Amino acid sequence: MSLTDPQSVRRQPSRRGAELLLLICAWALGVLGTLQIGWATGEGTPGRLWVTVAVVGALALVMHLVVRWKARYADPILLPVATLLTILGLVMIYRIDVAAAQRAERNNAPPPTPDVYAQLTWFAIAVVLFVAALILVKDHRRLQRYTYSFGLLGLFLLVLPLAPIIGTTVNGATLWVRIGGLSFQPAEVAKILLTLFFAGYLVVKRDSLALVRTKFLGLGFPQVRDLGPLVIAWAVSLGVLVFERDLGTSLLFFGLFITMLYIATQRRSWLILGSIFFAIGAYLAYQLFEHVHNRVTVWLDPWTYADTTGYQIVQSLYGFANGGIMGAGLGQGFPNFVPFANTDFIVAAIGEELGLTGMFALLLLYAVLIERGLRAAVSVRDSFGQLLAAGLSITLALQVFVIVGGVTRLIPLTGLTTPFLSYGGSSLVANWVIIALLIRISDRARRPDIQHFDADDALTQVVRRV
Amino acid sequence: MMSRQIRRIGVVLALMLVALLVNITVIQVVLARDYRERPGNQRLLLAEYDRERGPILVGANPAARSVETGNTLRYLRTYDDGPLYAPITGFYSLIYGATGLERTENRVLTGKSDLFFVDRISQLFAGRQPVGGAVTTTIDAAAQAAAFKGLKGKVGAVVAIEPATGRILASVQSPSFDPNLLTSQDPEAIRAYYEELKSDPAKPLLNRPIVALNPPGSTFKLVTAAAALASGLYTPDSILPGPASYQLPLSTSELQNWNRKECGPDGKVTLRQALAISCNTAFAWLGVQLGDEALRKQAELMGFDTSFQIPLKAATSRFPAELDEPQTALSAIGQFDVRATALQMAMVGAAIGNNGATMQPYLVQEVRGPDLAILQTTEPTKFEDAMTPLNAAQLTEMMVNVVENGTGSNAKISGVRVAGKTGTAETDNERPAVAWFVAFAPAQSPKVAVAVVIEDSRATEISGNGLAAPIAREVMKAVLRQ
Repeated sequence: MSLTDPQSVRRQPSRRGAELLLLICAWALGVLGTLQIGWATGEGTPGRLWVTVAVVGALALVMHLVVRWKARYADPILLPVATLLTILGLVMIYRIDVAAAQRAERNNAPPPTPDVYAQLTWFAIAVVLFVAALILVKDHRRLQRYTYSFGLLGLFLLVLPLAPIIGTTVNGATLWVRIGGLSFQPAEVAKILLTLFFAGYLVVKRDSLALVRTKFLGLGFPQVRDLGPLVIAWAVSLGVLVFERDLGTSLLFFGLFITMLYIATQRRSWLILGSIFFAIGAYLAYQLFEHVHNRVTVWLDPWTYADTTGYQIVQSLYGFANGGIMGAGLGQGFPNFVPFANTDFIVAAIGEELGLTGMFALLLLYAVLIERGLRAAVSVRDSFGQLLAAGLSITLALQVFVIVGGVTRLIPLTGLTTPFLSYGGSSLVANWVIIALLIRISDRARRPDIQHFDADDALTQVVRRV
Repeated sequence: MMSRQIRRIGVVLALMLVALLVNITVIQVVLARDYRERPGNQRLLLAEYDRERGPILVGANPAARSVETGNTLRYLRTYDDGPLYAPITGFYSLIYGATGLERTENRVLTGKSDLFFVDRISQLFAGRQPVGGAVTTTIDAAAQAAAFKGLKGKVGAVVAIEPATGRILASVQSPSFDPNLLTSQDPEAIRAYYEELKSDPAKPLLNRPIVALNPPGSTFKLVTAAAALASGLYTPDSILPGPASYQLPLSTSELQNWNRKECGPDGKVTLRQALAISCNTAFAWLGVQLGDEALRKQAELMGFDTSFQIPLKAATSRFPAELDEPQTALSAIGQFDVRATALQMAMVGAAIGNNGATMQPYLVQEVRGPDLAILQTTEPTKFEDAMTPLNAAQLTEMMVNVVENGTGSNAKISGVRVAGKTGTAETDNERPAVAWFVAFAPAQSPKVAVAVVIEDSRATEISGNGLAAPIAREVMKAVLRQ
């Protein structure tokens, strides 16, 4: 059986209509949520909100049109899901704005600046970058040329917060860079650049890294001198942890590197070695660094520290409990009881007001997004694209797991933003660039032009699908 | 190709998703109740302080109501006669949760009860907070006030019941507490007051009328007399032995009358006269003749060994199981391990007055919606037929004789025939004896049955007639509007 036979290559539908329909649904949900908050809190719906709703709709439409124009065969699920998550984030940020304003009013304090309009502005910027990425990156394989540039730039951004003057420490973690009035978290951009670097680097080095030199316990292990990259990644992660005190980012990078290494080399030994390195790093960090030690102590017994270091997590758990199965209802909980309700703890606000039902819906949205990313990775035909799509999806997955797990006390709490939901520009922009890249790769994977078929690959795929 | 590895990673990520989902389910479903009720968690109470809670009404007047404050906690729970109604309303505290009707009727008061289904539908669409319903109690304000006044300075409780229905007309305790001080918006003051109440040896937080268990002493002779009449072997005129002291069977101990005298000439006495002068030896003998089975059966028909929810949970009054003869003799005069609440003894009086039918006691007359429309009314229900109407009428006459010619003289009300029984019960040497009075009036078709128990009065002379009967009289007069 040959795939060059015109009969077997059916015209692939582009599914752009489905994408548009889903986008309209996402937008409509946002409008309903906003109205519900207005009614429930007694704030009504300020006129400015209709402008917001219109702007969000316009932005979504622009993205849809650009995808239609530049990535016609892209997966139709990615864009609507990411848009729905962003809209849900905007709705919750608006909700928390309302709560903060009401609290200020009761205490006769000056009204705080709402965050939702700033977030909307960041969404607009994210859309610009999304469009730019789709237009500029016509073929993701070209990105492979800049592998080392990406790597260096990524490392540079990672250490940027340590630079004097512009580096800023907020709440104990040095993650921010402030230039003029603008501040951003370079780690969010660095995670994309480093994923690009890992993908490009591993595609080239995978053969030598996969070479088995020693056998131990039935598993093939690489030679000591090939451990170099692993050690470097480990050291960088630890460096981020020690100097920037950013546990979340540290975990994210190391986890990402190990999984990509495993995918590239197809050697389980790397996972085992990586786990050992992780265990050593975690143990050292726990023993040596007070902030890591504190996080674990609070994780094990938050109730003892309910009024001090455990305040956040305890309030978060109370929020989830208050939500129960059906949730308190949008606008009817106390989301601002949890400090950083609209950034790290936005999931707690969702758990309180939308309940377990809302949490399941939310996590399944992420699951769909990540599954679609991995599907693009599996079906694209070049190794670089496979590694890149897998890496980007894994970044999202790890980030969701680390922050949601932290906020719900499944694992120790580490500061990370919740993709698409959290208030904060760098995170939103970076995640939308990830979506742009995944859309680009999925478009390549689903495009029905047969000259890209490599006979061997095609055959393998047919076998796999049976 | 790397697809297999990507799929494997996908499986790992799926497992991580499952871990998140399971963990969140555990928190929001299994642990949620525990988390909500943790002492540091203010959400639930703040949510409740944020909406108007329905009133608890005595007649048309609120015993508990929500008042708008104009600050962060929008509503303040206020009790207009706090200590007077504390055993009924309970308290509703930011820190210590709720007790009394505030607790049992919470769903009505917050408007979350299914009775408000229609209101809730409209609230759901408007996304508004539910408005609470009102709970109307069965309490008679005048009876409650009379009992409260009578108990002043003593440790004890009063319960009054309408015999024909089981409606609770009064439930009073002393010492009481002021629920206003537990619902204030100052957590430190609340804690201080609560600690003070908790460390008070007189236990003001105890819901004494329905929870405090005391030996009923001679008032239990009503149950023994009822069992005697029920046996068919005795009438009010039956002659019983009533010596000055009674040798307990199989024992060297002797039981004595309170005045250490014989109950009648030649140590013989009628059942009627034995009740009138509260003859211990005659009733102890009678108890042994009837046997513990018959006594227990009669006691249980009147409410012993049953846990009542009125809807506050009352303590279970008990008649002990498996008694030997000396224990039966002591139990027949309300000593040994017989224990009763004031509520229980009021039920005994009410059953006799109500032609022998024991009614379920209840405290909530009706539930009204936010618009004051009646949504639910409690219908009286019979608990058991404890006596035949004939026996009940005979026992009633015997009790009238107690007040008119016997030990219960202080319960007399001019122009009204009052049926009553005194009691004095020994507890242990550490505590003073407990004084009781159980009565109902008017004797034919009574409007009120009342039980008064005084645990401590700081009086030297302890007697049911001296301490408890005057309080019972005032409560009955209040109900009869005398």
